[in-house]
Amino acid sequence: MKMGFDILIVGIGGQGTILASNVLGEACLVEGRSVRGAETHGMAQRGGSVESQIRIDCEFGPLIVPGTADLLIAFDLLEAVRYRHYLKEGGEMIVNNQLVLPTSTFTSGQAPPTEGDIIGMLKGWKVSIVDATAIATAAGSPLATNITLLGAASHTIPLGLESLLEGVRRCVPKKTIPINEKAFLDGRDAVQP
Amino acid sequence: MERKYLLGNLAIADACREAGVDFVSGYPGTPSSEVIERLRLVADEIPHLEWSVNEKVAFENALGAAWCGCRALVTMKHVGVNVAADPLMTSSYTGVTGGFVLLAADDPFAHSSQNEQDSRIYAGFAKIPCIDPSGIQEAHDGMKRAFDLSEEFGLPVMVRPTTRICHSKGDITLGEPATEHRVGEFTRNPRQYVVIPAHTRPLHKQLNEKQPGIKKRLIEEGFNTQTIRGKKAVIAGGISAAYAREVVPEDVSIATIGAYPIDEEWLRTFVSEHTEILVIEEMMPVIEGAVLEVACGQAIYGKKNGYLPYEGEFSPAVIAGALKKAGFISEELYPAVTPAENLPVRPPILCAGCMHRSTFYAMKKVFKDGIFPSDIGCYTLGLQLGAVDTTICMGASITVASGINLCGEERDVVCTIGDSTFLHTGVNGLINAVYNGADIVVVILDNRITAMTGHQPNPNTGKTACGVSSIPLSLEALCHSCGVSFVETVDPYDLTLLLDTMKKAKEEKGVRVIIARQPCIIVARREGLKRRRFMVEPETCTGCLLCVKYGCPAIEFHDEKAFINDLCSGCAVCADICPAGAIRQEVKR
Repeated sequence: MKMGFDILIVGIGGQGTILASNVLGEACLVEGRSVRGAETHGMAQRGGSVESQIRIDCEFGPLIVPGTADLLIAFDLLEAVRYRHYLKEGGEMIVNNQLVLPTSTFTSGQAPPTEGDIIGMLKGWKVSIVDATAIATAAGSPLATNITLLGAASHTIPLGLESLLEGVRRCVPKKTIPINEKAFLDGRDAVQP
Repeated sequence: MERKYLLGNLAIADACREAGVDFVSGYPGTPSSEVIERLRLVADEIPHLEWSVNEKVAFENALGAAWCGCRALVTMKHVGVNVAADPLMTSSYTGVTGGFVLLAADDPFAHSSQNEQDSRIYAGFAKIPCIDPSGIQEAHDGMKRAFDLSEEFGLPVMVRPTTRICHSKGDITLGEPATEHRVGEFTRNPRQYVVIPAHTRPLHKQLNEKQPGIKKRLIEEGFNTQTIRGKKAVIAGGISAAYAREVVPEDVSIATIGAYPIDEEWLRTFVSEHTEILVIEEMMPVIEGAVLEVACGQAIYGKKNGYLPYEGEFSPAVIAGALKKAGFISEELYPAVTPAENLPVRPPILCAGCMHRSTFYAMKKVFKDGIFPSDIGCYTLGLQLGAVDTTICMGASITVASGINLCGEERDVVCTIGDSTFLHTGVNGLINAVYNGADIVVVILDNRITAMTGHQPNPNTGKTACGVSSIPLSLEALCHSCGVSFVETVDPYDLTLLLDTMKKAKEEKGVRVIIARQPCIIVARREGLKRRRFMVEPETCTGCLLCVKYGCPAIEFHDEKAFINDLCSGCAVCADICPAGAIRQEVKR
């Protein structure tokens, strides 16, 4: 049965969920721990809903069973709602305070849900909503939003701070290391442990 | 020995380097594409590497190299094996001298495919060994050993990972890339390489005689394992073995199948030690069939009696459910969950500025009553725009269009096909359509690249897989030489010209080809294209929604007005669509 720590990272194709999951994988390598991951490829660049699963200390398959994830990191409010059932009871959610409406809501003429509607749908869950894009932009680039969210989630992730930062350094483009380190730490400061 | 956190396909690619692969070919297809994409980056260390025009071509190229003693790899997705099935089925008769490995990536749940076929059936059909790993390390190690096995038995070997191996990641140990490579040399041997009936009959006998040795070897090599822990047992194959290890209780025996064919004696011994056996494998009941053949009074639970499904992918939860149903565990292992309902869906969508969108728009406008057969590529997403009526397999839009037209259906038939798909197997359909008198419009969506699978070059691109310049094929000349007289090339961003060309085509008879040409927007931007964005003047916008219905992800609608977001790539098509003239290019900031 389940022993490790399972994290689901969700978002929209192109937002950098895969890079975020790579940071966690590298951090596990730093600590010499086993890790499994699964992710959406193929049409991922075409703006669809995407997910990355990361299982720390796992030696089995890469899939997380719904209702058992320890942590959900969502890059978008709507995606947080779409995947909230993956969390176990008492599991934690770190959500970017951003809502990108799917094009289908406009073309179909549906009344699009508002941010308020969606935040309402996360009631009852252990949620931290983080303005990660703003924090990343202040740190030097909105492209560091993914790393900011990891920072915000880092209190819960059972990996050392230095290992996570090393993971960041290994995965982001060299020139952007200082920005991403700052984004990570600012993200970490934005959430109370 | 290096430890890395790696994508399954990259680990597989690295195993090929360690095995000293000399010749690499393949056709892109999810979830197989990253293997060659990875090897392309080290193309200078591999004597020959190519993206071929289709899987049959790729297979035969690699086979030729393996007949010359080289180690050859050919990669494709499961449905690609259908295209390569003709040479595959006889390559086991001829055998090979150099190690020859077919990577056939299966896609249970059809994450990115048109079906859920099981390549293990092909391996059994062709009577070649098939390695079916349960995880990334096994995929890496198995790929490396596949070349040795191929040379030991003189047979092609299939390696068959599934999506959750190709596109999963893990911490794995890699070896060193080989530094020596072979130079191919053909040794004439017509009795082996010319399969006339007199030669093929003894070759078939030889192939059958190889089977017992293969089965034994796979056991000796540790591909198939058994651990006896009680009177009940689970037998699991491929990635299901990894899921099973996570949930099977400690007093239940477990056998894992990582390669085929399965040795019957080995299997019989395991089965006979137990009273009840649950067989777990995605898709076809291959192991289950083998177990039923050797079972003698044991209760066998599997797909055939409804314990597990024939379709979809498995997970620890699916297996836990089967364990419960079979009485191997007494309690539910996982909680019941309720996903949120009625959320707006977020499917993949054609990019902002994608050339396909305006082509579909014009097609629908001119051929209001038309029937739109299509094909496999990003443009299959034209389904969302109502511009895709059929898709079955690579290269089937022109052929299906011909069939619809020639069976008495009277509406206009306008089919779409991408450049790579056209060159894959579409062109045969065009030749046939002209020859047999079809009356159809063929729109070639020419974005100069194989876009959906990650922008692989094709003969239309002007570059090989190794980045070497090549002479780009002329689609116009090719269509003309097939006998098409109406061949018009248009820029799909020029909506007026596009509509006029469609109207012109509508007036004509016979096979008419329109080539809509504009580079894939992702590639264009990657190569530095910068265009000023467009914007909506709110005071001029009437809120008519025509631009919104165009379906571009850059166009939103708030407070009764259209709004263009940051995704805009400046293609300008929406400005042509807007009847109020409210959309214009942003002034330089």
